[in-house]
Amino acid sequence: MDILQINQTSDYKKAGPLQAHFNPYSYNGGTVLAIAGENFSVIASDTRLSEGFSIHTRENPKTYKLTDTTVLGACGFHGDVLTLTKVLDARLKIYEQDHHKQMTTGAVAAMLSTMLYHRRFFPYYVYNIVAGLDDEGKGCVYSFDPVGSYEREAYRAGGSASAMLQPLLDNQIGFKNQQGVTRIPLSREKAVNLVKDVFISAAERDIYTGDSILINVITKDGVTDERFPLRRD
Amino acid sequence: MSILAYNGAAVIAMKGKECVAIAADRRFGIQAQTVNTDFQKIFEMGPRVYIGLPGLATDVQTVAQRLQFKLNLYELRENRRIKPKTFMSMVSNLLYERRFGPYFVEPVIAGLDPKTNEPFVASMDLIGCPMVTNDFVVSGTCSEQMYGMCESLWEPDMEPDDLFETISQALLNALDRDAVSGWGAVVYVIEKDKVTRKELKTRMD
Amino acid sequence: MAAILVAEPQASGFSFENCRRNIFLEKQGFIAPTAYKTGTTIAGIIYKDGVILGADTRATEDTVVADKNCSKIHYIAGNIYCCGAGTAADTEMTTQMISSQIELHRLNTGRTPRVGTANRLLKQMLFRYQGYISAALVLGGVDITGPCLYSIHPHGSTDKLPYVTMGSGSLAAMAVFEDRWKPNMERDDAMLLVRDAIAAGIFNDLGSGSNVDLCIITKDKVDYLRPYDEANIKGQRQGKYRYKRGTTAVLKSEVKKLEYEVVSSTVVAEPMET
Repeated sequence: MDILQINQTSDYKKAGPLQAHFNPYSYNGGTVLAIAGENFSVIASDTRLSEGFSIHTRENPKTYKLTDTTVLGACGFHGDVLTLTKVLDARLKIYEQDHHKQMTTGAVAAMLSTMLYHRRFFPYYVYNIVAGLDDEGKGCVYSFDPVGSYEREAYRAGGSASAMLQPLLDNQIGFKNQQGVTRIPLSREKAVNLVKDVFISAAERDIYTGDSILINVITKDGVTDERFPLRRD
Repeated sequence: MSILAYNGAAVIAMKGKECVAIAADRRFGIQAQTVNTDFQKIFEMGPRVYIGLPGLATDVQTVAQRLQFKLNLYELRENRRIKPKTFMSMVSNLLYERRFGPYFVEPVIAGLDPKTNEPFVASMDLIGCPMVTNDFVVSGTCSEQMYGMCESLWEPDMEPDDLFETISQALLNALDRDAVSGWGAVVYVIEKDKVTRKELKTRMD
Repeated sequence: MAAILVAEPQASGFSFENCRRNIFLEKQGFIAPTAYKTGTTIAGIIYKDGVILGADTRATEDTVVADKNCSKIHYIAGNIYCCGAGTAADTEMTTQMISSQIELHRLNTGRTPRVGTANRLLKQMLFRYQGYISAALVLGGVDITGPCLYSIHPHGSTDKLPYVTMGSGSLAAMAVFEDRWKPNMERDDAMLLVRDAIAAGIFNDLGSGSNVDLCIITKDKVDYLRPYDEANIKGQRQGKYRYKRGTTAVLKSEVKKLEYEVVSSTVVAEPMET
């Protein structure tokens, strides 16, 4: 037993005083994915909200419409997601009334970054992806870490199944590791189909992804919604 | 950090039509430092049986040698080649014997049955829980990335050449999203009359 | 070891040769990896003519599904089966070992083994290992005394009950049993009840998933239905992801020709020269 040094906890003998900690965070899973196209961008998320081994709800999309051309995808700790989106909405409304116009996607991303970094030492436990259209009307995607580091990218997956989605996006959109392939610009239809396929794959293997996905396509005419069912186990 | 990620590794095995493929990266590193880029992780355990051993490099080599030893005794005793399924039980027993002090490897087995040429792929956790599947198995530091790729790319009844492209693309794109595996890759495609070994061109960073 | 030329030493039981090293590594701050767990919903009931065992088919490694269709109803004897939850390797190996002991016992006594015997062997083994072999089992079968159903906990305690559940989805499954189980149920009703109990685990517990397996044991017959119900089907892919041959860059290629195995040989008698 000495060699094994197994940490035996006893029901009747305690080693001494115990320090209890309050953990302010929990993790509610979920996956978001955004792809920027020539004159559109696609952002999708699954609709499962879970904790530990149980499902809270099957009907909670993690995409939030911020302006007419900007959608935020946010997952991680749902409590922080709610607060963050609430504060964001308020600041966007103030901006609109101050400047008599809606914030551009790039400006939303910059503001989100400062909001996240403002909480550097007690962060929002949220993985954010912002999708929209830039000043020239081209699709744009910004990805964030929880403390505000961000960059503009062509495609990005975030959340619990991000590691499963990202390599296939590299391969199918970025044409990585492919020899002698013709780089066709991504059509809106192919982007939406690809989103469905990668989420089907993620739902197979990630226990926190499933139930259904909500796909938002952002064009200059506005944001469209599409639901697509996933497995529910 | 998990001890399984100390040296870094990635292995996939896939079933095709009357063939199987097994692929691995070639890096040997010590945490973030790359030491070697031609490290052997796939071992031939018979003409049509291969095992991939991702995990702690010292255990990779120890387990490979112990298995070779057991296998030689089996072949001497039985005077025949081992079936992949029997070989899986051999690996499983070796690992489960050390249930409370395991080797840090998560093996992947691919092969064809010596009599029927039936394709066979299986994987195991570090204490030898066998898992036989009909499609593919993955193991290593970027297993999530590989699951994502394989789940989308794999389809049933691929010819050997198509199987090679699929397993290679699944491995390469998964490796590029992992910091501790990569630096070269090798693929074996096992058919009933030949084994093709190909070294792939990969990112070296 | 290498000095022994003919046979390996037949050491039995576990080997602890790596323990010291592994504890050293753990002290260095390297986290010991996790083994496959069967997050699992398993259940069993006694009905009019026998026992029905049920299980889901998901094995997980942390939050990733390792096996989508694993078999959790293990063979113990012709008339006894056992569902396993917990560390996958432990349930697999424990049931295999007890199965072999039961078979030897059957050959020694020349009688159909009793479920109580299997239960005793399992609980004594698990108790000996003080819960470190984390196998939670539902053992069921039909013997000379009629249908029997036990649940066995990792520390070796057992219950003999008419309906039991185990694993992370046990509460979801037990809720269904508590609602609908009745003594002396008909076969079809009983099968549906177990299916619904397992399905409750599959849909409401993230550690359980994929299909429902059932095993119906009666006095003179065993029906092992795998899968009994595919509760979840993989979605249909929209795109095609087959690559053109030559897409992957190859540095070096070698082909090794293999000799065919001699599968069978026939000896033809030749007439003797006279």
